[in-house]
Amino acid sequence: MLNGGDGRGMAWRFTAGVATLVVAAGAWAAPFRPTDDAQVLERLPGRSTPQFSRLKSLQAAAAQTPNDLGRATALASAYIRESRVDGDPRFLGYAQAALAPWWKDPAAPTAVLMLRATILQSVHQFDPAVADLDRVSQRDPKNAQALLTRATLLTVQGKYAAARADCDKLHGLVSEFYAAACVAAIDSVTGSARTAYEALGRASAGTARTDGATRVWVETLMGEIAHRRDDPVAERHFRAALDAGERDLYLLGAYADWLLDQGRASEVIPLLQNETRSDPLLLRLALAQKALQRPEAAASIDALRTRFDASRARGDTVHQRENARFELGLRGDAPSALALALANWKVQREPADLRILAEAATAAGDAAAIGIVKQWLADTRFEYPAVAALVGGKGAPK
Amino acid sequence: MKRGLVLLAALLGAFLLPPADAHKPSDSYLTLKVDGEKIDGQWDIALRDIDYALSLDVNQDGDITWGEVRAKHAEIAAYALARRRLGPAGAPCPTRVDDQLIDNHSDGAYAVLRFTATCAAAPKTLAVGYRLFFDLDPQHRGLIRLEYQGTTRAGILSIENREQKFTLAELSKWEQFVDYVNEGVWHIWTGFDHVLFLLSLLLPAVLVRSESPGRRWQPAASFRAAFWDVVRVVTAFTLAHSITLSLAALGVVSLPSRWVESAIALSVVLAALNNIRPVVYDKRWVIAFCFGLIHGFGFASVLADLGLPQESLLIALVAFNVGVELGQLVIVGVFLPVAYALRTTGVYQRLLVVYGSAAIVLVASVWLIQRAFNLRLIGG
Repeated sequence: MLNGGDGRGMAWRFTAGVATLVVAAGAWAAPFRPTDDAQVLERLPGRSTPQFSRLKSLQAAAAQTPNDLGRATALASAYIRESRVDGDPRFLGYAQAALAPWWKDPAAPTAVLMLRATILQSVHQFDPAVADLDRVSQRDPKNAQALLTRATLLTVQGKYAAARADCDKLHGLVSEFYAAACVAAIDSVTGSARTAYEALGRASAGTARTDGATRVWVETLMGEIAHRRDDPVAERHFRAALDAGERDLYLLGAYADWLLDQGRASEVIPLLQNETRSDPLLLRLALAQKALQRPEAAASIDALRTRFDASRARGDTVHQRENARFELGLRGDAPSALALALANWKVQREPADLRILAEAATAAGDAAAIGIVKQWLADTRFEYPAVAALVGGKGAPK
Repeated sequence: MKRGLVLLAALLGAFLLPPADAHKPSDSYLTLKVDGEKIDGQWDIALRDIDYALSLDVNQDGDITWGEVRAKHAEIAAYALARRRLGPAGAPCPTRVDDQLIDNHSDGAYAVLRFTATCAAAPKTLAVGYRLFFDLDPQHRGLIRLEYQGTTRAGILSIENREQKFTLAELSKWEQFVDYVNEGVWHIWTGFDHVLFLLSLLLPAVLVRSESPGRRWQPAASFRAAFWDVVRVVTAFTLAHSITLSLAALGVVSLPSRWVESAIALSVVLAALNNIRPVVYDKRWVIAFCFGLIHGFGFASVLADLGLPQESLLIALVAFNVGVELGQLVIVGVFLPVAYALRTTGVYQRLLVVYGSAAIVLVASVWLIQRAFNLRLIGG
């Protein structure tokens, strides 16, 4: 499983796999002919909002002069913002289209490089995204936005030394809060979780005015650190983040994970039952439904299967982490879960990625994969007792 | 500073969201059932995507109704069919849309186009070309499912990969050979840089340099002399690009394509300049040979794009080369008699050789700048 066999066998299996997936993804019920002209086939969300009219006017402006840098980047930024609010990846494609005249240009203007890096990272093209940010930093070593973004991407990839170097360069360029948060995010996964937690607390207390989104970010991160350390204070942080009043899909997922680990699945249902458009949240909802033996679990699992099949059919790797959790937690298919978790581990190395790898490796009894997890814990000194306990490594609770 | 902080805060917030997780990116599903020369197709395209391209929601109320879709049926069919091709680029299989229905996929309602394509003959390989929505949403994918004699095959078409070829019947060695010969001929005819390079070197072949102080061009004395001059240039070019094409195709040597393409453009500039301010005359075959080596790498990248069959690599290589030579011979065959007939005229000596070369220098310089600096000035 781990070594995957020879290249030709892999390629063949991939082709065959894609064929089955496309068949499954295209498994439409049955096309029909509506009988009534007034029948509504599709609702387009958010058409009456001021953001939409603003988007329309930016679109019109950019369409008039497609090579106008200012108009193109304004439109692309608006699309990226829209994709964050709405969670709809189509907007990222539209943003890319707005940047078409510069998309392939390695020496694109700085504004384009920043936006391109954002779009690339959102489809998990971390290396090209980092390369764009490298170019921005070469041109303008004091560009804090580029440094912070690159630090974040490098952290996601588990390249902590390089990430730390970027955080250090932030001192004096921006408010100390960001420099401290940047370092703490890395400390929290490299053996200084407690220090990181305290530093985050100090940093957010010492900053007089933080906006809602930043507040949510700090509280969520502190909640996650506490969660990994089995500290019940986690709940206070998640609640504080929820009370900040910013709709945040990531926070909902992190809080749901904590509730699931506490055996409080029944609280996940009201939290997520209206968030089923998002695959990661539907996954948590289905896990809760299954834990509670609710009959709705079957429908949620079917829906997730269709979505993951569709995503794999188009060659996406963005959903591999959730897909692995789906295979392990909802379908009980440890080998498939492990294959996905290993593929995902090549791309991103966040705590959740390590955890699903450890869970799948243990369930499949795969010594080599268990070894990867143990080695990572040893190399980074990352404190995650639940994971350490799974693989029987150092740091496992007594 | 304050603006920077706001941006930064937004940015910190940005990474809170799981990237591109929710909803589904844009895909269309194209199913092809091949039966002899007839292809039954079904194409499912999201109404949301069609709305983005063609504004289905005419009354702007946020609801797409069946009436709104029905009113645009003809427009939808025309838009979609123009962005999809079945069969070779030169002779696509004509397609007729038979019906338009609706289906619900996991992420919303899709228009379902049912169509029939009729090819001239039962295709042995079916090329599917696809470019729907790539201009509007470069992350769009076309997911293809091809059914043929009880087997199902799949393909993913994207902005980077706009064509997929499905092999339906096992091609005989001879048919493969003919296929690659055609590709070679087609490539030299449509590869304007190669043609212009060759023509630049051939233009002076029907002339000789006079030794008089004016050093003007004189018509060549005999067809025989002109003919052998052409043979020398063409043979040197052929020999050179065959060598590098083979080396590159066999994976012995590889060069970055931007470098190769720029060098090819440069070779055209220099070859044409040589007609305006001649530096090399008798030894033009040396230029042909040296730059021919570079052109060979250009041919190799085309061959690589076609997808070399590993089991018949040699056939493909030889056939493509033969195709390139045949294509060249036709160009030379047309050029030489015409040039020889015109060689005594001022039209040829000044207009074609001097101003024609100047025009070539201009065009190739634009290519050079585009390729070297990755710019997009004009098509080409």
